Amino acid sequence: MKFDDEPVPGYSLPILPGHVSPGRLERVLRAGKFAITSEIDPPDSADPAEVLKRAAIFDGYVDAINATDGSGAHCHMSSVGVCSLLTRVGYATILQISCRDRNRIAMQGEILGAAAMGACNLLCLTGDGVQAGDHPQAKPVFDLDSMSLLEIARGMRDECRFQSGRKIDMPPRIFLGAAENPFVPPLEWRPHRLAKKVAAGAQFIQTQYCFDIPRLRDFMLKVGDLGLLEGPDRVFILPGIGPLASARSARWIRENVPGVHIPDAVVKRLEGAKDQKEEGKRLCMDLLNEIREIPGVSGAHIMAYRQEHTVAEIIETTGILEGRVPWYPGRDNPSELNPESPEAQPEALEPVQG
Amino acid sequence: MYKVRRWVVRHARLFEWVYRSFEPLLVKLHPLWRRIGYERAEAPVKAIEKGVKGLLFDCQMCGQCALSTTGMSCPMNCPKNLRNGPCGGVRADGHCEVKPEMRCVWVEAWEGSRRMKYGDRIQVVQQPVDFRLKDSSSWLRVVRKLADQPRECADSGAVK
Repeated sequence: MKFDDEPVPGYSLPILPGHVSPGRLERVLRAGKFAITSEIDPPDSADPAEVLKRAAIFDGYVDAINATDGSGAHCHMSSVGVCSLLTRVGYATILQISCRDRNRIAMQGEILGAAAMGACNLLCLTGDGVQAGDHPQAKPVFDLDSMSLLEIARGMRDECRFQSGRKIDMPPRIFLGAAENPFVPPLEWRPHRLAKKVAAGAQFIQTQYCFDIPRLRDFMLKVGDLGLLEGPDRVFILPGIGPLASARSARWIRENVPGVHIPDAVVKRLEGAKDQKEEGKRLCMDLLNEIREIPGVSGAHIMAYRQEHTVAEIIETTGILEGRVPWYPGRDNPSELNPESPEAQPEALEPVQG
Repeated sequence: MYKVRRWVVRHARLFEWVYRSFEPLLVKLHPLWRRIGYERAEAPVKAIEKGVKGLLFDCQMCGQCALSTTGMSCPMNCPKNLRNGPCGGVRADGHCEVKPEMRCVWVEAWEGSRRMKYGDRIQVVQQPVDFRLKDSSSWLRVVRKLADQPRECADSGAVK
């Protein structure tokens, strides 16, 4: 019997041979398509509708949505909470997990919980220092670093064991990711450090904001030379991009956000523009077009903080998806629409005449 | 001391050599440690280790020294205690995101490793810290392990 008000279920795909997860992101990447991921700014709220609303903006444009974990060391809704809400309606999510706030007992438990809730991708991060956030008085945990976290998560998945060696009955089927920043020192070591992450279990990489194409090209060349982009254990690299709001904000980010490298030429280009916000978007599109041409790049991660609505335009204008429409709730069956999607709003809510 | 530890990294090759000579010496003293008893030797050896390594490397006595794999720059001085390389927050001038007045421990480590004979060990993934070993002697622990497994000793190079 099927109830009329049955909640829309989250879907799990069969795991294909050579794949590790039942997720869509791994499928898209292994099929050789240019993948697009973006991230949700988690609300400072316990309202589930707010999460779904923020995800609906990306409907039809992204292959997976990152749920950030206390980004910038600021307190927000947890990444497991966001992922759980999203997977309920079927979205592909990337659970970000940072080493700053939890020890290995908490993190391994969280990985199991998130996988049980349908998260298929895990992005292992070190995390910004607590001094960067709204609780600088907090205790920085850093029990593990991102490398150890990757290794432990892989052990949980492939060997069905916790770090302690204790057995896990049903392992988390997760596609493992990590971050890299090819744009800050020590530049010469960065490709090797990536190799280290791959050795520890990383299967995809999302990078920090890229505003310096020559530096990315150089990095990709070296990563290719290290043999990391071939074979069954290859790594998929998704450089990070995003629209800058103005020259002033570019300067502010450069000085205040750790690890973001913005060359002077970029700031000048924005300064010289009549409409700086529009130019920031153009710049992002130009970067995306250049990035797609770099050999070995498998996709892009668009971080449009507080400009999430521009993601659709950036993707449409660049034609980066080549006509592909990534799955979203309701794409194939309108009855499965995200209840907070603009298309799903019932007409009855419109003001009644008279 | 910050200045001393930076000087040490600049002379990483010399310190690598010192360590590689010092280690077999400690291992040779295994019968002595055994006679004294490793538990009884722990306190005095720990005190000496803390004094020497504290001065040279700003050692934090994590009890599982990784200096030979980190270019002679102690990773426990990283505010995030990273054991496997720099985070993504390194400033353009190579300084730390958390402590802007300090050079990134891992930028230093990379430079130190380039000076060392076996510097490429920096590319090997390190195990996470075992917090039970904090404030114990890394030297004695390694010596005991190597004395028990003499073959491994020959293969492992300058493990400290």
